[in-house]
Amino acid sequence: MKVALISARKAGMVSCHDCHLLSRMPKISGQQVAHCPRCGVVLHQRKPNSIMRTWALVITAMIFYVPANVLPMTVTSALGTTQADTIMSGVIYFIHSGSWEIALVVFVASIFIPFLKFIIIIYLLLSVQFKSIKRPRDRTILYRITGAVGRWSMVDIFVVTILIALVQLGFLANIAAGPAAIYFATMVVITMVAAESFDPRLIWDVVDEKHE
Amino acid sequence: MHQIACHECDLIHDIPPMPTRGAACCVRCGAVLLRAQANSIDRTIAWTTAGLVLYVVAVTFPFLAMRSGSIIQETALLTGIQQLYSQGIYMLAFLVLLTCILIPLGQMLGLLYIFIPLKLNVRVKFAIPVFRLFQHFKPWSMMEIYMLGILIAMVKLGKMATIVPGLAVIAFGLLIFVLNFAITAVDSHMVWERLGGES
Repeated sequence: MKVALISARKAGMVSCHDCHLLSRMPKISGQQVAHCPRCGVVLHQRKPNSIMRTWALVITAMIFYVPANVLPMTVTSALGTTQADTIMSGVIYFIHSGSWEIALVVFVASIFIPFLKFIIIIYLLLSVQFKSIKRPRDRTILYRITGAVGRWSMVDIFVVTILIALVQLGFLANIAAGPAAIYFATMVVITMVAAESFDPRLIWDVVDEKHE
Repeated sequence: MHQIACHECDLIHDIPPMPTRGAACCVRCGAVLLRAQANSIDRTIAWTTAGLVLYVVAVTFPFLAMRSGSIIQETALLTGIQQLYSQGIYMLAFLVLLTCILIPLGQMLGLLYIFIPLKLNVRVKFAIPVFRLFQHFKPWSMMEIYMLGILIAMVKLGKMATIVPGLAVIAFGLLIFVLNFAITAVDSHMVWERLGGES
């Protein structure tokens, strides 16, 4: 595999986001757009407004993170008493009942991973905005990690779905989804979109500029 | 020999003819640029067909049952979604329906729609947008996460009742692997070349 050591953008080329065809970037002005000669999708050398969109999405997700953790995720009613559980009280319940492995899985997936994603995405954004050239390869790996782990946060939503399917009215207890569920699901979806809207090539653009 | 730019750092590479099962990685950032698959078309069609059979079993047969004393509550894969819907949390019901039921089905139907014509060497309409959608929806197919959710729910309810897994859970668990094999067998570079070359 030979390498020319030049980025597609510098070479006046563009890589299609969908089919990865490398083609010459046509001269376009104003409202015009260029289309991929192979698959027809609109071509961009970089994801449009990547930094601004990612900031907007990550801030929105952080706002949703608060009610998702403070409000109850499930409301259990049994024999006339009702009990509201947040994500954290669910984790504590698992620790007390002796299943610390499950407690760890729920804590990591629901509380730690979203938090970690906020930190990583904000770090990546700031590092690009402040034109850092430190360890671009490691930062690309961080980007890859955020893309891969985010979806696992959905596990708590699925636990609630399964619980309310199994424990229904007429049983000794009844479980209903609490108000946090909707905030939590929205938060997970928005962080997934945020990770997707960040363009890792921006990390390398800074490196390319500094090498000139 | 053709050129490709890394999708994560934009560096241009010259790609020589790839050995089967070989992978090309970016020399600068390490991203996997392409992965050549042996018998991509046949393997994708085979795994996807197997997946569809398991899917029908997973959706129609009893999923989980809960036994507490003499009461037995039997559920299907869709019961939880129906419950969310009847509790008025439509967005959540829709999200679970999408990520665990509709998108996996769409992935399998989409793969067959693209790969059977490729096998038969015929052209079909909308093959390019269908394959595009297939690629974009990949992270939103969440069956393996649902399976982890089942495990957690079983531990949570284990104290108050016995959970009996049904045939559908087994089919669902197998489907996760089979669909994963089908998706891994897809040689997207080859698909784009063939779809683009025909137009």
